[in-house]
Amino acid sequence: MASSEEDGTVEEKENNNKKRTKSALVTAWLTFYNIAMTAGWLVLAITMMRFYIQRGTHKGLYRSIARTLKFFQTFALVEVRLTFVGIVKTSVIVNGVQVCSRIFMVWFVTNSIRQIQNEESVILFLVVWTVMEISRYSYYTFSLLHHLPYFIKWARYNFFIVLYPLGVAGELLTIYAALPFVRRSGMYSMRLPNKYNVSFDYYYCLIIVMLSYIPLFPQLYLHMLRQRRRVLHGEVIVEKDE
Amino acid sequence: MSRISVVFFEVEILDAKTKDKLCFLDKVEPNATIGEIKSMFHKSHPQWYPARQSIRLDPKGKSLKDEDVLQHLPVGTTATFYFRDLGAQISWVTVFLTEYTGPLVIYLMFYFRVPFIYASKYDFTTSKHWVVHLACMCHSFHYVKRLLETLFVHRFSHGTMPLRNIFKNCTYYWGFAAWMAYYINHPLYTPPIYGEQQIRLALIIFLFCQIGNFSIHIALRNLRPPGSKTRKIPYPTKNPFTWIFLLVSCPNYTYELGSWLGFTLMTQCLPVAFFTLVGFVQMTVWAKGKHRSYLKEFRDYPPLRSPILPFIL
Repeated sequence: MASSEEDGTVEEKENNNKKRTKSALVTAWLTFYNIAMTAGWLVLAITMMRFYIQRGTHKGLYRSIARTLKFFQTFALVEVRLTFVGIVKTSVIVNGVQVCSRIFMVWFVTNSIRQIQNEESVILFLVVWTVMEISRYSYYTFSLLHHLPYFIKWARYNFFIVLYPLGVAGELLTIYAALPFVRRSGMYSMRLPNKYNVSFDYYYCLIIVMLSYIPLFPQLYLHMLRQRRRVLHGEVIVEKDE
Repeated sequence: MSRISVVFFEVEILDAKTKDKLCFLDKVEPNATIGEIKSMFHKSHPQWYPARQSIRLDPKGKSLKDEDVLQHLPVGTTATFYFRDLGAQISWVTVFLTEYTGPLVIYLMFYFRVPFIYASKYDFTTSKHWVVHLACMCHSFHYVKRLLETLFVHRFSHGTMPLRNIFKNCTYYWGFAAWMAYYINHPLYTPPIYGEQQIRLALIIFLFCQIGNFSIHIALRNLRPPGSKTRKIPYPTKNPFTWIFLLVSCPNYTYELGSWLGFTLMTQCLPVAFFTLVGFVQMTVWAKGKHRSYLKEFRDYPPLRSPILPFIL
């Protein structure tokens, strides 16, 4: 009896050690990830600024940063996995919706519809995304390193108040500008008759995406406001029970 | 004559979140059930009918069942219960009837090509493909069967569900029905590639699984005497369609999947395939849950059984 009890506690200690090394590894990996993402978005910001200073125009700016943008924005899919597994304590749905909408914009709107790449609305949301991501990832990085300067916390939880709506405006204006080109080219669409007996009209799909901002954006915005109150003012928020 | 003194209980009901005292009942019979206590609580708070009351011993604990008897609970003669409002409730029967009537009616609207769906020159015309007529019969039969089962066959263990579920469920059923029906009854519909052979095979699969599904529902009903909420392990009966119980815990879902696979094959329509896939995912989740609760409740549960697909899932 006694020996089995001892075995039990030894096993427990081993498990605890395993858990500690595992969580140290996870933290290290997370820190590396956040540093890399901060750096990536900083590179994007600097490239965009240099382009504008040198050329004096925003035309062609998207093309010049397209590949870097696609890389770093797509890499954010990793975060969805992290929230799902529970390593990062954000709601899976909130994070998932945000990442999906970003991926959608980058790959299915600006990437595929060449004609709208020089629109001002594109620059608008690019600037918004860059500022938000730099403040967000640097916030995560410094939090993980336990050395969080107040102004980074302040930036992360205050910039969004103005930037979120601006970003949404940029995205919606871009999709709206893309509509006539989509209709004319019939891209990503499938018509009847066909052997799968299905049809898909990308034009109407984009309209539905635009309409979906109406229910989704307020929820994300309010979620961030709640987070802000909690983090900056230490208010206890009672979440609605399911 | 000697008087037998009965020890009456006192029951106080507190709000689970705010701990406010909501109700105090004195002179409660020791053999009173939670259901009866709920009715008494309802009298003092008429907005909280019994179906939306969750009564528990611990604010964060599990809900007590209506059948639980007061004196058999771990409480003193002054019992403290915690109350949680489950929100507006609606009966399962109502939900099922609404969910299933929608697809039935909606599909027929597309089948008869009611105006404003397709181009006006097609209004009230019928398809020239006989498989479209067959599909309409199968789809309608399926939902009529479901409606009749809801009224006459199923025995529900829960009386009600939250009201918001009806919106969620109806959107799912009605939305998918409209999406499928639009393409199957479209003037530009393309019949299955392998023609009559494909349709015949699909029909056989569909009918086989419809009978199977019905047999399982009857078998499950016979497990439970009327008005009871007891649970027993289902076993194969004399009906060969129930022999699948040897390999599967929830063969009703297995047969349901089979029916929709048959319908997909019959119509060769991608939205139908999609509907089948989504339904399969949902039914697998339910089957796994049911299988797990069977295993928890019955020590001697047959080990050979899988939740929904024999040996696989």
